[in-house]
Amino acid sequence: MPSLKDLKNRIGSVKNTRKITKAMQMVAAAKLRRAQEAAEAARPYADRMAAVMSGLTANAADQAGAPRLLAGTGSDQRHLLVVMTAERGLAGGFNSSIVKLARQHADRLRAEGKDVAILTVGKKGREQLKRDYGSLFVHHVDLSEVKRIGYDNARAIAEELLARFDADEFDVATIFFNRFQSVIAQVPTARQVIPAEVPEEATAANALYEYEPGEEELLAELLPRSVATQIFAALLENAASEQGARMTAMDNATRSAGDMIDRLTTEYNRSRQAAITKELIEIISGAEAL
Amino acid sequence: MADTMQFDLVSPERKLVSVPVREVRLPGNDGDLTAMPGHAPAIVTLRPGMVVLLGTDGAQQEFAVTGGFAEINADSVSLLAERGHPREEVTQEVFDEMMHDAHRAHRSAQDRREHVGEEVVTAAVKLLGDMQALGSHIGLDPNSATVPD
Repeated sequence: MPSLKDLKNRIGSVKNTRKITKAMQMVAAAKLRRAQEAAEAARPYADRMAAVMSGLTANAADQAGAPRLLAGTGSDQRHLLVVMTAERGLAGGFNSSIVKLARQHADRLRAEGKDVAILTVGKKGREQLKRDYGSLFVHHVDLSEVKRIGYDNARAIAEELLARFDADEFDVATIFFNRFQSVIAQVPTARQVIPAEVPEEATAANALYEYEPGEEELLAELLPRSVATQIFAALLENAASEQGARMTAMDNATRSAGDMIDRLTTEYNRSRQAAITKELIEIISGAEAL
Repeated sequence: MADTMQFDLVSPERKLVSVPVREVRLPGNDGDLTAMPGHAPAIVTLRPGMVVLLGTDGAQQEFAVTGGFAEINADSVSLLAERGHPREEVTQEVFDEMMHDAHRAHRSAQDRREHVGEEVVTAAVKLLGDMQALGSHIGLDPNSATVPD
């Protein structure tokens, strides 16, 4: 049985832990709000881009001579998985859930006899994948110095992807990230960015537009931008999800610490009472013996 | 027919401007154009240059953009640009940064000439030229930016 002093020390240390997790939860809540605002602010651009792209791709997809970014290389042998995770841990299952989804994909593709390469964004995913897939890594993007995700970060990643695509290193690129559903729910998502996916329902209104220059030139210019926009959207979703996951995880940790303190305090009081009772019995029986 | 249209300047990060205007002058890739209310629906790519808004009160507002595209409708113009700055905010520093990007794009196109083809290099040269013209137009020195190796 632990001594009274041990119990007291443990209560003190759990109290300190609770202070830290509480602080982290509040910081995550503040950052979450900022991340959500950023995601919200980026929506008009992404929506317009998607609307224009859907009209253009629907027209161009069936035609011969469509850009490679849309039509693909004609093969789906070589896959590039872009795994986007956080730079920091202590965010519940945030990083593991993305890694798990990427792992499933990689294993399935390899079982089908495809070639898989992995590009990681964020330190945590790289660490988790290193042991099993280290030989497949082709590149890593470090965002640990980045305080606030900007479009430039997304553009740099997109440029890296496009350069590798131009150099004929892969046929299909898929990004992995956590879609932000709510503070307690983040959905790990895989989305194919190269070649671009053609939306199912094309909006008929787009057929009315006059394109200047021609549709093909426009498409050739917009496709790379659309890749960057999708990556940017994914990065923002990821940032919001990370803070949401961290907030939930830290809330749970704070609550568990509280429960633990209650339990330890009860135990402490019982032992103290037992010690007092024991001393009293000793005094009384000592007096009786005289 | 209404004599004003809604103008939105949107960057990937946020909406920069949203105002009603009487006309918008755009630096199109194939030449400048002016969009006025009742314009036929069109999608136009832009080169680096100045976008000029004529407000409902007749006041002019100018924005420097580094390319992008515009979606023109009868009652609205949406301009999607990666970078857009009001003219007053384009200082030599901001401009140097834009020039730096243009130089970098130019350099990387040249280095990968055999991969990307002659057209991309030509486009990068044109982009650089347009950027220089933009700088001279505002009265900034296009040669003060550091050229990356």
